[in-house]
Amino acid sequence: MRHLSTWLAALYAGLIYLFIFLPVVVLVLFSFQDGSLPVPPLNGLTLRWYEAIFSDGKLMAALGNSLLVALISSAVACVLGFLAAYAFARYTLPASGLLRGLIVAPMTVSTLIIGLGLLSILNITGLRLSLVTVGIGHVVINLPLCFAIIYASMGGHQVNIERAARDLGARDWQVMLLVTAPMLLPSILAAFFLSVTFSWDEFIVAFLLSRFDVTLPVEIWSMLRSGLDPKTNAIGSVVFLISIAFLVVMEFTVFRKTGKSS
Amino acid sequence: MAATALERAERRKAWAFALPALLWTGAFFLVPFAYMAAISFWTRQGREIVATWTLDNYIAFFVKAHFFKGLVVSLEITATVTIISILLAYPLAWIIAERVPKKWQRFALIMAILPFWTSYVVRSYSWLLVLSKGGVVNQALLWLGVIAEPLELSANRTGTVIGFVHFFVMLLTLTIYANLIQLSPNYRRAAADLGANAFQTFWFVVLPLTLPGIMVGAFLTFVLCIGDYITPQILGGNNELVLPQVIMLQLGRRADFPMAAALSLVLMVVVTLAYIACARWLKMERT
Repeated sequence: MRHLSTWLAALYAGLIYLFIFLPVVVLVLFSFQDGSLPVPPLNGLTLRWYEAIFSDGKLMAALGNSLLVALISSAVACVLGFLAAYAFARYTLPASGLLRGLIVAPMTVSTLIIGLGLLSILNITGLRLSLVTVGIGHVVINLPLCFAIIYASMGGHQVNIERAARDLGARDWQVMLLVTAPMLLPSILAAFFLSVTFSWDEFIVAFLLSRFDVTLPVEIWSMLRSGLDPKTNAIGSVVFLISIAFLVVMEFTVFRKTGKSS
Repeated sequence: MAATALERAERRKAWAFALPALLWTGAFFLVPFAYMAAISFWTRQGREIVATWTLDNYIAFFVKAHFFKGLVVSLEITATVTIISILLAYPLAWIIAERVPKKWQRFALIMAILPFWTSYVVRSYSWLLVLSKGGVVNQALLWLGVIAEPLELSANRTGTVIGFVHFFVMLLTLTIYANLIQLSPNYRRAAADLGANAFQTFWFVVLPLTLPGIMVGAFLTFVLCIGDYITPQILGGNNELVLPQVIMLQLGRRADFPMAAALSLVLMVVVTLAYIACARWLKMERT
């Protein structure tokens, strides 16, 4: 009986893992397809679709744009989030609950609505759509996350260390930069890398708020109009690899450190 | 009680730190959102937005079938996806928490959510590869002789639901596992001592205790699913549109910003109602 249920459990888990991995495996496998259709039968293996994407100027520009927007918007979101978290954790502000609610509010609203709102405002201000407007939108999306993560890790036990630094003559900015920030580094990094992965992957705001220079998801989106294409498989596999790289970096820099300190 | 000079200086500093984030959220979220809410009560002439107050857009939502049907289709798909995802994810989370040896659990969980990190657009495209007429599933079934004709698995609701379920099974496995692993084994020991069999223990003890994990995951599923444009657009075909697709259609071909704004607010009201319905469990998570 026990034996049977173990077998059933293994079978069930195996089937679900198959379901979860099926699209990824098919995507990567047929990115090597020696033929123009990424569906069975697999005619043979070739790297020519990877050559095609790496020599595609538009695609590579979009990849660069995506990295640029992800890194800069995440850095801005982290700095703003850190400053605000410091203010709310270390000082008493009037209506602090309400103000904190305002900062995390965008998290509760669908990105479609954030994008539409920004688009309607940009339309009347006459500001042109560009990577900058996409970046502004991504900061709106990621700031609540960065604020929440960093604020949650600002416990009372760090206050005494900050006080000691002040007693020893450190100025406010020195306390913040040389004492508080290093103590909170794991959560700041976690916030940063999570933001990077979200921004890197974000479609709807990037689609609504960009025009000529676009990010990678938007460029891939326009490739989809030509239907199934091994080239799309190749760039999709590269995107997956880069996302996994972000995760591995996060796992090693963030979780290792928190693991050690606790 | 007069504040001392020191207190005033401290308060100024606090505002200086908090202000950048507050201003950013105010200028790029609150103001745009308020403006969009206003637009939803305006109208348009040609491509121009005209600031005359009217309820026409909201009336159109209830009266015109293609708008209202968008919400109905969205709700049907979201409900189907949420239920199927919970039913598939719960046993997996349970197996990882109960049957996988402790030192392998983290690995099993990371593997279960790895494709979570594939790009959003690419993930739907990958399912198109799998589900299309010449795709892997149809080819395999044809080859095995299970079917004689390729099944219609994409460009319809089936495609959308499969694409969504894939994503949310991973999400729900995570939230339910997190809940299961926190349960003290004492609950189960107590139930067994009191004479409950395995099924009774699960149904009357474990399941109710993991309800918060299920509800948190279900709420996230609901919110992310009903607001998504990509998955139905790539996998769903054009026969029935979900609400976000209807919204995007107003922007593109018809340039009807007021109608798009009104539909977005309808979407937001639906999400808010879902939050109120789940609030009890979402709060429990925090304590």
